[in-house]
Amino acid sequence: MGTLTVNTALLRKILVGFVHDEVTKVGVRKGVLGLSGGIDSALVAYIAAEALGPENVYAYTMPYRTSNPESEAHAKLVADALGINYQVLEITPMVDAYFALVPEADNMRRGNKMARERMTILYDHSAAVGGLVLGTSNKTELLLGYGTLHGDMASALNPIGDIYKSQVWELSEAMGVPREVIDKKPSADLWAGQTDEQELGFSYRDADELLYRMVDQRMNRDELIAAGFAPEFIDNVHKKVQGSHFKRRLPVIAKVSNRTIDRDFRYARDWGK
Amino acid sequence: MDFTVALAQIKPKLGCLDDNMALIEAAIEKGISEGAHLVVFPELALTGYFLKDLVPDVAIGLDAPQIARLKLLSQRISIAIGLVEVTADYRFFNTALYLEGGEILQVHRKVYLPTYGLFDEQRYLARGEHFRAFDTRFGRVGMLICEDMWHLSAPYILAMDGATTLICLSSSPGRGISGAEGLGSADAWQKLTSTTAMFLNCRVLYCNRVGYEDGINFWGGSEVIAPSGEVAARGSLLEEDFVLARVEEGALRRERIFSPMMRDENLAITVKELKRIDRERG
Repeated sequence: MGTLTVNTALLRKILVGFVHDEVTKVGVRKGVLGLSGGIDSALVAYIAAEALGPENVYAYTMPYRTSNPESEAHAKLVADALGINYQVLEITPMVDAYFALVPEADNMRRGNKMARERMTILYDHSAAVGGLVLGTSNKTELLLGYGTLHGDMASALNPIGDIYKSQVWELSEAMGVPREVIDKKPSADLWAGQTDEQELGFSYRDADELLYRMVDQRMNRDELIAAGFAPEFIDNVHKKVQGSHFKRRLPVIAKVSNRTIDRDFRYARDWGK
Repeated sequence: MDFTVALAQIKPKLGCLDDNMALIEAAIEKGISEGAHLVVFPELALTGYFLKDLVPDVAIGLDAPQIARLKLLSQRISIAIGLVEVTADYRFFNTALYLEGGEILQVHRKVYLPTYGLFDEQRYLARGEHFRAFDTRFGRVGMLICEDMWHLSAPYILAMDGATTLICLSSSPGRGISGAEGLGSADAWQKLTSTTAMFLNCRVLYCNRVGYEDGINFWGGSEVIAPSGEVAARGSLLEEDFVLARVEEGALRRERIFSPMMRDENLAITVKELKRIDRERG
């Protein structure tokens, strides 16, 4: 370990400053987020409450009938601890209505649909309260593509997208996220007993150690093997990163003009802010 | 002479000349009212940093009304400031101006435009071609813009040209979080400013901006470094600040007596060897 350890006081200052600055500069004061009961969204809620004031943070738990009731309990624990605005909105009626039309859909389609259902609710509430949707995907998930495009990956801004899961754990400890939330096994909570690590086939700690060296330090395959990583593990993770790259990019646009959006029409999003 | 410098650690708005001009004029007035003789602003203080295709839209000529206003203000306080300059042949430069006594005393156009990692300056900007020291009421000064300072030859040339004060205008993004106390990029800069001052027996006045642009933070930490390499004053990390520091002629005089490296620096050998290297490279 060691390499992934962060100065949490400094990281906290940067991320809190980021949320405050990037939200207020567009002329709003509020942030909206989905609170799943897991650690990533809990941490974002802590960051947002500190950046915007708890009265300006709007959190929503959106359970489906198969969701673990413990998730909702943990989400409420976080919301109560912070004193942020909190509401539970069941997605079962909408999701079930849709899958009555396509009953053959497998678990993956169902999971993606639920994630996108939650996204539409967050964006609706973003308009209702006049706030920006805060993303809760960490760097590990984003690199592995372990998220739903236009679902949980959708947001206006993401304070934790450049920190690995291990760093999420470390910062969460420092910011006082409830112990129950930190200690439990990460889960997408699509069905009972599901865990991320079981589904991915490796632990987040191992993935982080590898990704940090592969992405941040740009070590090549030989160097990674020499550092003690199994070739199959390296190849598996590399394949996931490459295979999910489309999720991290805007849609590809067919170029025909002299100035194509994002290609040779280039402006920062904070243009004029 | 002894003088008071103000480092205006501001947070410019991206592409908003009017807002930034108001910010700049307020800082200049503050400098005057606090008794400063020189106020230093960050790189691209008038425009913001990640301009991309905005570069032509925010560029101004040296005859622009904003510069006329700065000239006027420079009758009351000397000013070092960064902006995008457009020339008559429509080249766009990342430029630092030094204004004093109602005139522009120096135009420094950034020579080393970083185009790697998160930087893309050479895509949008033309490259400056000079490092020249110039005379001010505080003695001979050399200006550098951010990346310029990471090239040893740049401050060296300015010091050999007689500069005893180096002013560095910066928009340095904060990155490299680790278990260490400081931010990677801040730690690296702090080593650089201090070492440069020490090697060249010069004072370093370093002004870095703060704020966020598209999620990228600028870490601030503006500094006044004594010719010994010691930090005389340092602005806060990641927050707006206005650093006022007294700069004493005596500290420069004493350091130059104590460590006369610049006196002994042999220009002839340096030039001879560089010419040889140039020749051998063909």
